[in-house]
Amino acid sequence: MTWKHSVKTALTGLTTNRSRSFLTILGIVIGITAIMLVVSLGAGAQELILGQVQGLGTNTIIVTPGREPTGPSDSAQMFSDSLKDKDIKELLKPTNVPDLKTLMPLIAGADSSSYGSNVYQVSIFGGTELLAEIFDAKMAKGEFFTTDDVSSHTDVAVIGAKVAEHLFDDGSNPLGQKIKLKSRNLKVVGVMEKSGGGSIFNFDEAVIVPYTTARNYLLGVKYYHHFIIQAKTDGQVRSTAEDVRQTLRESHGITDLSKDDFYVQTQEDLANRLGTITSALTWFLVAVASIALFVGGVGIMNIMLVAVTERTREIGLRKALGATDKDILTQFLLEAVMLTAIGGVIGIILGSSLAFITAIVLSKGLGVNWTYVFPWSGAILGLSVSALIGLIFGGYPAGQASKKSPIEALRYE
Amino acid sequence: MNIIEVNNLKKSYHDGTDTVALDRVSFSVRKGEFLAIMGPSGSGKSTLLHLLGLLDIPTGGHYIFNGKNTSKYSSDELADLRNREIGFVFQMFNLLPRTSVLENVKLPLYYSNVPESEWEGKAREAVVSVGLEHRMYHRTSELSGGEKQRVAIARSLITDPEVIFADEPTGNLDSKSGKTVMAIMQHLNEEHGKTIILITHETSTAEHAERIIRLMDGQIESDDKVKKRLTANDEFVK
Repeated sequence: MTWKHSVKTALTGLTTNRSRSFLTILGIVIGITAIMLVVSLGAGAQELILGQVQGLGTNTIIVTPGREPTGPSDSAQMFSDSLKDKDIKELLKPTNVPDLKTLMPLIAGADSSSYGSNVYQVSIFGGTELLAEIFDAKMAKGEFFTTDDVSSHTDVAVIGAKVAEHLFDDGSNPLGQKIKLKSRNLKVVGVMEKSGGGSIFNFDEAVIVPYTTARNYLLGVKYYHHFIIQAKTDGQVRSTAEDVRQTLRESHGITDLSKDDFYVQTQEDLANRLGTITSALTWFLVAVASIALFVGGVGIMNIMLVAVTERTREIGLRKALGATDKDILTQFLLEAVMLTAIGGVIGIILGSSLAFITAIVLSKGLGVNWTYVFPWSGAILGLSVSALIGLIFGGYPAGQASKKSPIEALRYE
Repeated sequence: MNIIEVNNLKKSYHDGTDTVALDRVSFSVRKGEFLAIMGPSGSGKSTLLHLLGLLDIPTGGHYIFNGKNTSKYSSDELADLRNREIGFVFQMFNLLPRTSVLENVKLPLYYSNVPESEWEGKAREAVVSVGLEHRMYHRTSELSGGEKQRVAIARSLITDPEVIFADEPTGNLDSKSGKTVMAIMQHLNEEHGKTIILITHETSTAEHAERIIRLMDGQIESDDKVKKRLTANDEFVK
């Protein structure tokens, strides 16, 4: 029997009982759709996160106080006040970190801000004039504060798009107005463009002030939450990160490397780490979605076993008319593989369509900077897994069918 | 020339106790002969037909089919031989449901070496030969019992086999349809030289054959020429 006729025979077998074939396919469709959706959304999330990290610039190094947590439950050393002014002085010495281009201390906090009767909960970021450049933040109105503002502890602020919308909901121009934060009046010098969600630091709901102002008047802390350092060139990132480590260890009097009270991450480290986390999460979800696929496979096996029993006389007849064991095996195996492959293709189309709709909803509806990613890996995985499921779960019933003696099969009632 | 030679053929089953279905049966069938095998239920006639039709394997004795000793044949070789040299007509018709007459008739060709370009022509010819040209594209579920059996006969002819084995072909038919089926069988035997081996428990059907073998308890009770052979109405035969 030629392949062409094997396929034709299998198709006839499937179309003879359309509703049953459809219901059987449904199990595979759901499984593959779930996998496609998860892989596509995972890839989208990964792109979004990596995009944000890469937005920091490839020459960026982030220093954070405390020991790097080794796992979700390891938070004891996460909060530390180890990054202080004297560290900035040491790091800025060219003898310590020769390839350092810029250093920006960053302080973060949160509180309510108000303008007139309007109140809005905001994130507070204290940085330098470099903040906009480092985080690639664009100004919608006005200018970013200056070096002078930082050195003079000026009460000025750059506000995020949402802060402007809420505090100045009458449409008035925020520039030059004074908003109240922690009982201080801050003059608005700039409004940032809407950046969308998903950023590492969401500036849409932020009030950005000189770090000196934040440290002395708003948050009252004597330490920093991060040092954002830029190396002179991309090629000097690794050596600069190492110099930063050495300088801080000396500054903090640390001799045992395992007792570091800070950690240094490059943009590349961060991207790799976040990439690994999102990949792990994606594959975990794929594993969960695979359960649906497995259930679909068991459904295929169940239906094929019923079909083999129901069509015992047909098997007997085909054998009487000259079909070999292999012909019967091929016919039933093809039926199973076709069921799962059709389910796989529908699942791929449905899953990627749902992922596309989700991407549109996220980007257009919720303003998240989300890009749709067609999950090629999910599609290839989905198709091969569904065909494999057909082979595995269809193999046993097809084997049973092919082994039937023609006479026993013809006598079956 | 003999197309079938059976010598001490034996078939027994081991289902808890040993059941002997056929016990040392010996006979031969000439090429072009019309033989009827009769016997009551349990006499072994269906078992004999299955062995002769290469659907089952004997537990003893020798069977030479068309000059070939099939005892060493693999299941694939037996399948090939069935496809090329044997046609089957069953009591229950055994047609594929929800499939057209033409497609049912083509079925054996799927497993043959006949080039696909010849399939349509051969199938049409076979359908016309049993007088069902007006039913060519009808589904088998739309046909009467007699028409279904004629489709089965057309299917058995499609590979131009040497022998047609018919297992109670009129058993599920009214007398008129039964006569038509027997007319076709006689026509195939007399005009086309097909060897026909018919299983029946009705003497009136068996007497359309030239010779009747009667079985009893797995053994041949009698093997006689039909003295007054019946001739069926042949109005459907083309």
